[in-house]
Amino acid sequence: MGPVLAGVLQLLALIGALALAYIPLGDYMAKVYSTDKHWRVEKWIYKGIGADPDTEMRWTAYLRGVLAFSAVGVLFLYLLQRVQGVLPGSLGFASIDPDQAFNTAVSFVTNTNWQSYYGEQAMGHVVQTAGLAVQNFVSAAVGIAVAVALVRGFARSRTGELGNFWADLVRGVVRILVPGAFVAAIVLVACGAIQNFSGIHEVGQFMGGSQQWNGGAVASQEAIKELGTNGGGYFNANSAHPFENPTPFTNLFEIFLILVIPFALTRTFGVMVGSVKQGYAILATMATIWIGFTALMMWTEFAHHGPAFDIAGGAYEGKEVRFGVGGSSIFATATTLTSTGAVDSFHSSFTGLGGGITMLGMMLGEIAPGGTGSGLYGMLIMAVIAVFIAGLMVGRTPEYLGKKIGAREIKLAACYILVTPALVLVFTAAAMALPTPVNSMTNSGAHGFSEILYAYTSASNNNGSAFAGLNADTQWFNSALGLCMLFGRFLPMVFVLALAGSLAEQKPVPATAGTLRTEKPLFTGLLVGAILIVTGLTYFPALALGPLAEGLAS
Amino acid sequence: MNNSVSNTARLLGAGLRALLVLTLVTGVLYPLAVTGIAQAAFHHQANGSEIKADGKVVGSSLIGQQGYSLDYFQPRPANGLGENSVNTQYKLILSGATNRSGDNPELIKWVKEAKAKVVKENSTADYKVKPFQVPADAVTSSGSGLDPDISPAYADLQVHRVAERNGLPVAQVRKLVDEHTEGRTLGFIGEPRVNVLELNIALRELVEGD
Repeated sequence: MGPVLAGVLQLLALIGALALAYIPLGDYMAKVYSTDKHWRVEKWIYKGIGADPDTEMRWTAYLRGVLAFSAVGVLFLYLLQRVQGVLPGSLGFASIDPDQAFNTAVSFVTNTNWQSYYGEQAMGHVVQTAGLAVQNFVSAAVGIAVAVALVRGFARSRTGELGNFWADLVRGVVRILVPGAFVAAIVLVACGAIQNFSGIHEVGQFMGGSQQWNGGAVASQEAIKELGTNGGGYFNANSAHPFENPTPFTNLFEIFLILVIPFALTRTFGVMVGSVKQGYAILATMATIWIGFTALMMWTEFAHHGPAFDIAGGAYEGKEVRFGVGGSSIFATATTLTSTGAVDSFHSSFTGLGGGITMLGMMLGEIAPGGTGSGLYGMLIMAVIAVFIAGLMVGRTPEYLGKKIGAREIKLAACYILVTPALVLVFTAAAMALPTPVNSMTNSGAHGFSEILYAYTSASNNNGSAFAGLNADTQWFNSALGLCMLFGRFLPMVFVLALAGSLAEQKPVPATAGTLRTEKPLFTGLLVGAILIVTGLTYFPALALGPLAEGLAS
Repeated sequence: MNNSVSNTARLLGAGLRALLVLTLVTGVLYPLAVTGIAQAAFHHQANGSEIKADGKVVGSSLIGQQGYSLDYFQPRPANGLGENSVNTQYKLILSGATNRSGDNPELIKWVKEAKAKVVKENSTADYKVKPFQVPADAVTSSGSGLDPDISPAYADLQVHRVAERNGLPVAQVRKLVDEHTEGRTLGFIGEPRVNVLELNIALRELVEGD
């Protein structure tokens, strides 16, 4: 069997596994967010919070909950890093500098997990486990909560109520993420991922001398890092590090963990709006883009155009032997079409076009299938745009799921899709225009520009992966990227929740012969087209200067 | 105004309490539970899959090492590997890739030099390596810099050199490589690979056993 066929078979196996999980997990999550029963442990937690989980919130109250919880999260994580030097259980590691601590705190709270630090030399057990890993759980749960609020906006009518933020947050953690991550962590340990709280290991080497590694709760963090589409590695090499991703099987398993919740949420959506077919149409849109991108990625990486790869005889720079080109391509596409940003191979050393595919995946807004929660709400915003475009074509007031898409709804959706491109392009332009940021580049020419474009794309879309040649631990990058992450996460959430509130207040309009059938393949086609055109037109000039220029030259 | 300030304070208080409670669940109880099971059921893996030779720990079977003499099988290059620049009371391995692009002059130079080196080192009196035989993994750095494996093709390429330098028959060394070649998981997951440290431990045992 050749490597190409093996790569294709891995993709097919992955599709099969995701298909098996789709209905049970999607239905389960719909139940989690619909039931009025509380688990006993949840009641204890609500008591600790001092919140009544049965109070319905309007969109403004829901948003205030999201923002308050996230603000406290940033502050707590910032302080934890700033006092690391005196924390016990931190291997004697020094405190983190203010600009880097700010960047990292924002990064993990926004589900981005951009890292301007080297995990193994900077972060001790306490910060990793009680700080960073905690945000891996709760930032993912916040994302799902906001998505569920939007789905309720479609499902409910004549009310402004969207549910209770604290209940959605706690249920996401307790009923979905912790059980899922627990099982996944045990599987990862069984395959070789480390899980201990010992200090620095010093072990002998074959040729004499010794080497030092740090131990840590790696498997438990790795599991939620993928399942919550977070992506912040315990070690600098992220999921390329053998202690995070030891075998070819764990590689495929981690890709599965990245994709399983975002895909299954389309089922949750279908169940909650009372038509699983609507969920299938969204799923089909996500799957079309995901499979298309993965196929393109495999093609360009196996073809390995580029001077260094031609001499080497393959695009193996930055890739591990055990994963190969196939496994690395599938991972790279999955991580950039979601908000994950974990890497099992280094995107900067992909072919020019391969690097471009990772960037385009993020630029689409990470909606195929996207981050936990953020993928679903991002895709539903695009669906609103798509029915609007279709409505313009036939001259009817657009409707989606029985709700009129009027001026207010379109304004909110338009604001949503303008936020990230504005952040990416303005900050990239600023970095190129200023004298010092370009000193951070490792590569020159088109690829150097790509390093900077990639960084702002990754931060603003809350991905967190990098063309890691860029030295991002400077005051400019720590601060500017931190702001991109903050605005890129919370401004869209404001628009999503405002839209949800507006939809929930409407009374449903009955479907007529003139209503666009949004559960049909025609709509899926329209939606894919709308996504590619909206993004393509926005980013094409920037992509042409970076990855396209590099890819076409080789 | 006072009302909104106290409302905000109350909200932030709820946020803080939520964070602390969830930190207890996900940042203390969860990792401790996983660690407990991991240490009880998968002690070897959870502590780094250490591997011994002659009763001494010589590394982890998952972590590739550099610096083997030419008597032994060589690993992949690791130009992205570093050493810690902060907390320098330790000498930690800093995992990482080169992050050089395909058109980067430095990477082109590294690949060319690595290829010439592999050809030269592995050509023996009666076995000449040709440049096109050198597989890509032999001349490129991995993502982690710690890749424990090489491709079977790169191991095969080294068989003649290793046999000559250790005074072993080529067939015997080739058999050793075959025994240490791991195929794709379930026949299709990942790529076939040879663990360099395990192979070299077996080689040393073979040589010292003679």
